[in-house]
Amino acid sequence: MKTLFTNARLIDPEAQTDAPGWLLVVDGSIAAQGDGEAPQADEIVDCGGKCLAPGIVDIGVKVCEPGERHKESYRSAGLAAAAGGVTTMVTRPDTLPAIDTPETLEFVRRRANEAAPVNVLPMAALTKGREGREMTEIGFLLDAGAVAFTDCDRVVSDTKVFSRALTYARSLGALVIAHVQEPILSNGAAATSGKFASLRGLSAVTPMAERMALDRDIALLEMTGARYHADQITTARALPALERAKKNGLDITAGTSVHHLTLNELDVSDYRTFFKVKPPLRSEEDRMAVVEAVRTGLIDTISSMHTPQDEESKRLPFEEAASGAVGLETLLPAALRLYHSEHLTLPQLFRALSLNPARRLGLAAGRLAADAPADLILFDPDAPFVLDRFGLNSKSKNTPFDGARMQGKVLATFVGGEKVFG
Amino acid sequence: MSFPHRHLLGIEPLSPSDITAILDLAEQYVDLNRAEMKHSDALAGLTQINMFFENSTRTQASFELAGKRLGADVMNMAMQASSIKKGETLVDTALTLNAMHTDLLVVRHPNSGAVDLLSQKVNCAVLNAGDGRHEHPTQALLDALTIRRAKGRLHRLSIAICGDIAHSRVARSNILLLGKMENRVRLVGPPTLLPSQIDQFGVEVFHDMREGLRDVDVVMMLRLQKERMDGGFIPSEREYFHRYGLDAEKLACARDDAIVMHPGPMNRGVEIDGEIADDITRSVIQEQVEMGVAVRMAAMDLLARNLRAARDKRAKGVMA
Repeated sequence: MKTLFTNARLIDPEAQTDAPGWLLVVDGSIAAQGDGEAPQADEIVDCGGKCLAPGIVDIGVKVCEPGERHKESYRSAGLAAAAGGVTTMVTRPDTLPAIDTPETLEFVRRRANEAAPVNVLPMAALTKGREGREMTEIGFLLDAGAVAFTDCDRVVSDTKVFSRALTYARSLGALVIAHVQEPILSNGAAATSGKFASLRGLSAVTPMAERMALDRDIALLEMTGARYHADQITTARALPALERAKKNGLDITAGTSVHHLTLNELDVSDYRTFFKVKPPLRSEEDRMAVVEAVRTGLIDTISSMHTPQDEESKRLPFEEAASGAVGLETLLPAALRLYHSEHLTLPQLFRALSLNPARRLGLAAGRLAADAPADLILFDPDAPFVLDRFGLNSKSKNTPFDGARMQGKVLATFVGGEKVFG
Repeated sequence: MSFPHRHLLGIEPLSPSDITAILDLAEQYVDLNRAEMKHSDALAGLTQINMFFENSTRTQASFELAGKRLGADVMNMAMQASSIKKGETLVDTALTLNAMHTDLLVVRHPNSGAVDLLSQKVNCAVLNAGDGRHEHPTQALLDALTIRRAKGRLHRLSIAICGDIAHSRVARSNILLLGKMENRVRLVGPPTLLPSQIDQFGVEVFHDMREGLRDVDVVMMLRLQKERMDGGFIPSEREYFHRYGLDAEKLACARDDAIVMHPGPMNRGVEIDGEIADDITRSVIQEQVEMGVAVRMAAMDLLARNLRAARDKRAKGVMA
């Protein structure tokens, strides 16, 4: 079966090009691309001059199975992902109970494959119950299909436990993903310290807490040589440390969330809890520094940090409300704000959305090159719309972009050459 | 007199003329309160509920008295003891209050922003009686009235706010109010008790109390909120009193006619020397309590007028 995508604007993050052309897909894999005479095919998809890019690989999606299926199931998350151009969800283990045994992981994989129209790759907890005391069965979990190990937003504060887990993971070549917040300083904080938090009287954490945690982890990487990814770097002060660690040849990468790239602390305004995320939104200076770090490639990946919360857990006083925002469907249009503001080009954006996360996980996806799976999105970067949260596929509607004017619509999503949306 | 607000959630949304409107009306209520017949019908027929999610004796009594003197039906709900313990959320509480046809709702809550949240869900006028570390607008207004009466004006004064500013909603509301009325505000306290980037609020910050009090017209002391200290902001109470407690020697740095204020309840010997607190030539602490009732009467009166006007308008709209 040959499918030809013709008349496309090809966004190739590997070659860093943005040019008109065609793309040939044979049996679910990309076979060739070019801009001249198009080859013969069984089926032709006319892209109408719109953008064709590798599908998004979103590291850190929370699907609330097992435990809180009323917030998000694999079915609803999968539909949201397809509608948002996310062709691979890398799911978090911070469920109830945590995904910390091969048995739970197998349950999750079975559920995911039955229900979700996109690729689902599960991560497993690094420590049992995400309690930071004993490491999980990293070897068995790898065999069962865990692509990375993380305790999500809990920091393993016991440095001895963390260094042993890193050492053990290193011996198996497992990737460890860590949340970088000094846990004692950030305990109970709902905002970033500064003028805004002082005015609103919110308990706040210094942005320095991020650098402190990153500094500790970098020292541990020098000790252990582990493969490491920082889930969200959101402050300017953490960036020089990250840059030095990369220069010194440590196996370290870093991500950030689309919310920290496109919103700042002032968006919280009158205690709007849909803007409460973890770590808290930062100052505009920090936001701009992080955008620049994505542009230079110092920050490798952009994630949605999709975190479904029901209305009850958000309709509370700000400090008591749950953290997190849904993001699968808004990841692309929100990230495109950086393209429209001319901070990032489309190839730079897709390097962070698709290519780098796939590379970090050892996947062939995230590229437009021959032999890569045909996980593709066709989108119009300019199509305007006003977001209505009740139109989202996610079961939970906690998006900070409700009512926001956005630009960029997914026209179609393909997973392994099959159309799953559009 | 126009007061274009549905609720009194904080000083932040008020304009200088809004503040003056409340203070001017409060002056009238000071006279009423000092008369033998302390009663008016401004709130007759209206139901006022005082909902306190945090312990309070003074503020609750002051609001209760204010409501009763204006003829409202006043009910106190001690919320720490009730349904919140049973897991009812703030929003459910709001729906309950709507069903009871409450007109004026006075709320104190330990979380910043909780009163804002409640105000979005109820169809009555809400008065913030203190939310977390955010605002305590009636306290700032009663302080303003006290200052205006003692100093004859509420502008171009030099005012020092001293002590635990980080945990104080009183300080935040006062900084906002006194700034709006064009006064020079100084903050005095150890750096561990000052909120971050507070210097960007248009105030001067001092860590040395004698320097901070130099030539000020008003010394406003804050309670050292011991119950809020979750660990080690100051070395000890005695060192705090030595460096930041108001005694005669430190007060001598201020202007000779400087007044001393305290929102109460006082910790004598921690932030203020007992003798100064009781010195009727300097201390206006008792006057503050008196002004509290008058200011709350004024605020509720103004909000009730708006409430009635809005209901009249709606009723006419239905008929037309």
